[in-house]
Amino acid sequence: MEEAFEPQIIAFCCKYCAYAAADLAGSMRLNYPTNIKILQVPCTGRVDIIHLLRAIEDGADGVYVAGCLEGDCHFVCGNLKTRRKVEYVKKTLSELGIEPERVEMYNLSSAMGPRFAEIANEFGKRIKDLGPSPLRIKQAA
Amino acid sequence: MIVADRKPLSEIQDMIKGRDNILIIGCKGCVTVCNVGGLKEVRILASSLRIAAKKEGYSLKVDEKVLERQCDPEYIEQVKSTIHDYDAVISMACGVGPQFLSEAYPDQKFFPAVNTTFFGGAVSHGIWEERCAGCGTCVIHYFDGMCPVARCSKSLLNGPCGGSNKGKCEISKDVNCIWDMIVKKKIEQDRLNDLLNFMPAKDWRTARDGGPRTSRREELIQ
Repeated sequence: MEEAFEPQIIAFCCKYCAYAAADLAGSMRLNYPTNIKILQVPCTGRVDIIHLLRAIEDGADGVYVAGCLEGDCHFVCGNLKTRRKVEYVKKTLSELGIEPERVEMYNLSSAMGPRFAEIANEFGKRIKDLGPSPLRIKQAA
Repeated sequence: MIVADRKPLSEIQDMIKGRDNILIIGCKGCVTVCNVGGLKEVRILASSLRIAAKKEGYSLKVDEKVLERQCDPEYIEQVKSTIHDYDAVISMACGVGPQFLSEAYPDQKFFPAVNTTFFGGAVSHGIWEERCAGCGTCVIHYFDGMCPVARCSKSLLNGPCGGSNKGKCEISKDVNCIWDMIVKKKIEQDRLNDLLNFMPAKDWRTARDGGPRTSRREELIQ
C-alpha cells in the first residue's frame, strides 16, 4: 500500500512565470511527476486562502503556489501577498494537526523550465515522504 | 468600526464538539471590514472545521450564511425558516450577533467565533488600532482630535503622567503616549495654553460605569 501511494498534488501556477516555465519544461523534454495538476491563474495574487484550504479539504495530499520571482510580479506584488496567505494556511493546518509542509510557495521565472521540473520533483518527493493526507486516510478507512 | 479577532480554531472546535450539523453565520457589517467575520472568513472557518472533522474521521456538515447585519432584527429574521435545521449555530459577528440571534431563537444554541476587542480603525492594511472607548461623552475636541479616554492607558484627562517616556507609554514600548502626541500638537499649533484649563473629573455614568446603556430616539420609535 505504502509503495503504491501516488500523491495528488495541486499547483497554482502564474500565467506569466510558472505556467510558461511548465511549457518550457515540456519543450525541453524534462520529466516531472504526472500527478501534479496544474491550474493556471492570471497572477498568484488571485489565489486565496480558501482555494488552498478547499484543495486540502477535497483530498489533495499537497498544494503549492508557483509565482514570479519576488520583485518581478506582473501585477507588482501579487506573489508577495499570496506568500502571506500560504503562511496563514500553513498555520491553520498546524492548528488542525496536519503537516504545514503540505502547502508551499515557490518563486521562479518563465525562463526557468528546469527549475519548474525541479520544484515539481522536490515537492512530489516531499509529499511522498509525508504520506497520504490524513483526510484521505480516514476516508479510505 | 467594531474590531474583533477570530478565536483559535481549537476553542471553536471545543464549542461544537459532539455536534455534526452546524451553520456559520457571518455579518456584512464591521467584521467584514476588519476581515474577521465576512463571507471570506465564514468560508475559511467552515473549510477548516470540515478539514478537522475529515481528519478525525467523523462527518460534519457545515453550512455557510452571511447576513447584512446581525445587529438588526429584520436581518436576524431572514434565517427564521432554516435556523432550527442545525445542531448549533456559530456567529462570526461581534458580541451583538450571537445575542440578537439567541434572543430571536431561544431554542437554538449559538456560539461566538470571534473575540470582540474595541472600536477602532485600520491604520494600515491588516493593522487596526483603538480610537474610541464609547464613554458616552465625547471630549476629543479639547485634545485636538486625539482621545485620551481611549488612547491613554489610564484614560487621563489631565496628562501626561510620569510614565510617559520619549513618546511611549510605560506599559509597553509599542504603545504611543497619546498625551505626548497631544502636547506636541498643541505646541506645533501654538495652543499649549489650552492645557492650562483643568479638566474636571469625567462623569463616567455615561460610560459602562452607569450600567448597560440604551439609546432612545423618540422620533424613530414606532
